Amino acid sequence: MDNEDKPKAPQEDESQGIPAPSGAANLIDTDYVIGQDNITSSKFGIDFDLHGKVFMFSSLIILVFVVLTLALPEQMDPLFSGAKNWLTEHLSWVFLFAANIFVLLTVGLIFTPLGKVRLGGVDAKPDFSYAGWFAMLFAAGMGIGLMFYGVAEPLTHFSTSFEGSSFAPLGGAEGDTAGAISLSMAATIYHWGLHPWATYAVVALALALFSYNKGLPLTMRSIFYPILGERIWGWPGHLIDILAVFATLFGLATSLGLGATQASAGLNYLFGIPNNNVTMVVLILGITLVALGSVMAGVDKGVQRLSQLNMGLAFLLLTFVIAVGPTLAIATGFFDNLLAYFQNLPALSNPFGREDSDFVGGWTAFYWAWWISWSPFVGMFIARVSRGRTVREFLIAVLLVPMLVSVLWMTAFGSTAIEQLNSGFEGAKNAADELQLFEMLGQLPLSSITSFVGIVLVMVFFITSSDSGSLVIDSITSGGKVDAPKPQRIFWALLEGFIAIALLLGGGLGALQAAVLSTGLPFALILLAGCYSIVKGLMSEPRG
Amino acid sequence: MFQHIMVPVDLAHMETLEPALQVVADMARYYDASITYVGITSNSPNSVARTPDEYQQKLEAFAQQRHAVHGRPVSAKVYGSTDPIANLNDLLVNAINDVNADLVIMATHLPKSLDVFIPAHGDTVAARTHTSIFLVRAQQNK
Repeated sequence: MDNEDKPKAPQEDESQGIPAPSGAANLIDTDYVIGQDNITSSKFGIDFDLHGKVFMFSSLIILVFVVLTLALPEQMDPLFSGAKNWLTEHLSWVFLFAANIFVLLTVGLIFTPLGKVRLGGVDAKPDFSYAGWFAMLFAAGMGIGLMFYGVAEPLTHFSTSFEGSSFAPLGGAEGDTAGAISLSMAATIYHWGLHPWATYAVVALALALFSYNKGLPLTMRSIFYPILGERIWGWPGHLIDILAVFATLFGLATSLGLGATQASAGLNYLFGIPNNNVTMVVLILGITLVALGSVMAGVDKGVQRLSQLNMGLAFLLLTFVIAVGPTLAIATGFFDNLLAYFQNLPALSNPFGREDSDFVGGWTAFYWAWWISWSPFVGMFIARVSRGRTVREFLIAVLLVPMLVSVLWMTAFGSTAIEQLNSGFEGAKNAADELQLFEMLGQLPLSSITSFVGIVLVMVFFITSSDSGSLVIDSITSGGKVDAPKPQRIFWALLEGFIAIALLLGGGLGALQAAVLSTGLPFALILLAGCYSIVKGLMSEPRG
Repeated sequence: MFQHIMVPVDLAHMETLEPALQVVADMARYYDASITYVGITSNSPNSVARTPDEYQQKLEAFAQQRHAVHGRPVSAKVYGSTDPIANLNDLLVNAINDVNADLVIMATHLPKSLDVFIPAHGDTVAARTHTSIFLVRAQQNK
């Protein structure tokens, strides 16, 4: 574009009018400038650009919690665990009720005209291919959990259902093998299907909508604009963001620490590597260093590539298990389990008057608190990579496709393990949770190769959680900026690793993980408010 | 010798650009070159603009301001990215080819210890393109 022949007089205010994002959309009119509350400096040659209050208070709270947990383990552990247990036992109905609302809203939106709204404006183009996009959604969302629970959960539900234990879903099916299989797979898929992804989708959709279409910063507080208005720029907004940083950082650090103990047990089981602190610290350092390289390389060249690598490996492992496992049982089981899931869904998701309260409190409410406390992290990351998609496309990809993949994964791994159990192999059932996958693979051909692939998958899933988490925390603590200086994301990736090591060596991983789960309650309420914001925000958008 | 100069511009840090902009004006007049001001921005709202389109408008206004100063033909081009900090070097190399520049003039910071781990963008871009790169330091207090 050559403007020599038609020079315009430059006017200071000519670019101040706010145009549509990319084509028609409906920006929120606010005087707030992103980064206006930030502190910037280049001291010691290190650039930083941080939201003063969110960064300072988040850091302070993180420090206090780590020190208290390490210094007073006997006081802190019962406090955090007690809070988590009380919430999941006494307020399980809140979690179940909230998660049902998330599912109803997100599934409903697919079929309404609001599904036509495009994130980023009617002319916005997606930033990533379907393959790269979906790989990142899945790796950030639950990849690691599928590795650990793909065998353990179906087996446990099958056993409790068959034995008629109080922890059986919906009272179990005592002595009925076919009934116990059906119930165990329905309950497992319930925990890994629509509800967790709907929880993520609510946060992700709300953030993407209020950032790309409404012009607000990519940070949790923006969801609250329809309710709090300009007050989100003050303390109410700071508190929401600080809580999100707390849940994300400790969620990642404690998962990394606990995951290292599990991976170390796996390495010991497979290769005889000593299962001790040295192995675990080396594992955390290794994962942290690769995650560091990944955050430096960024979303496209770091997180996306690692996620695609992981999806490729996971696909190979899944295909292998289907091919050499009970192929026919898995193929028919996929449809049977999907049907069992939908048949049992109303009863499983009923928040009130449940007779299987041990199952609801011990399993469902625990999972729901877990998904909800992770939702700021996963939701923000999904939002970051989802610009240019329509709401309908977004929800199908974030909700329905992962649900079907979870059904297939759980069917393949769960059905194989249950069939092995019914054929008399009790090794997987009796092993610790983290070893059940390897026990199951041990009964199939080429087990040393598949188990190695399993270990690599666990590691890379940790790396993709760690790097995407660091990017999310960096964005929240810099006031919603995604273009803050690089040293900040390095700081968060390193801090995550150091906290994991400190808690691993000093004790307190479980206690702080319980503290993170306790944030599930405030976030459940925040997300319910997010549902209102989504509908209100979408109603004012043009539907292209 | 040079017909088309590309100038990467960070509208969020205009104070660091001034010495480079003066060199751009002088070089463009000397070689009768046209200039493309290039902006790299996040696809999500940032401190300069709430949308990539708004960033484009602001960069075009900036280009016109510069045109009034040096009188050479100007254009403005914005590249959006999910992760502009990590992708900056790649985007600049692509932009050089895209706008067909034969000279890039860009501001750069003084050497610092962290450059070992995070090299200056000018260094990295120069190593990856055949186009001439002119790096301009910020003025130092003597």
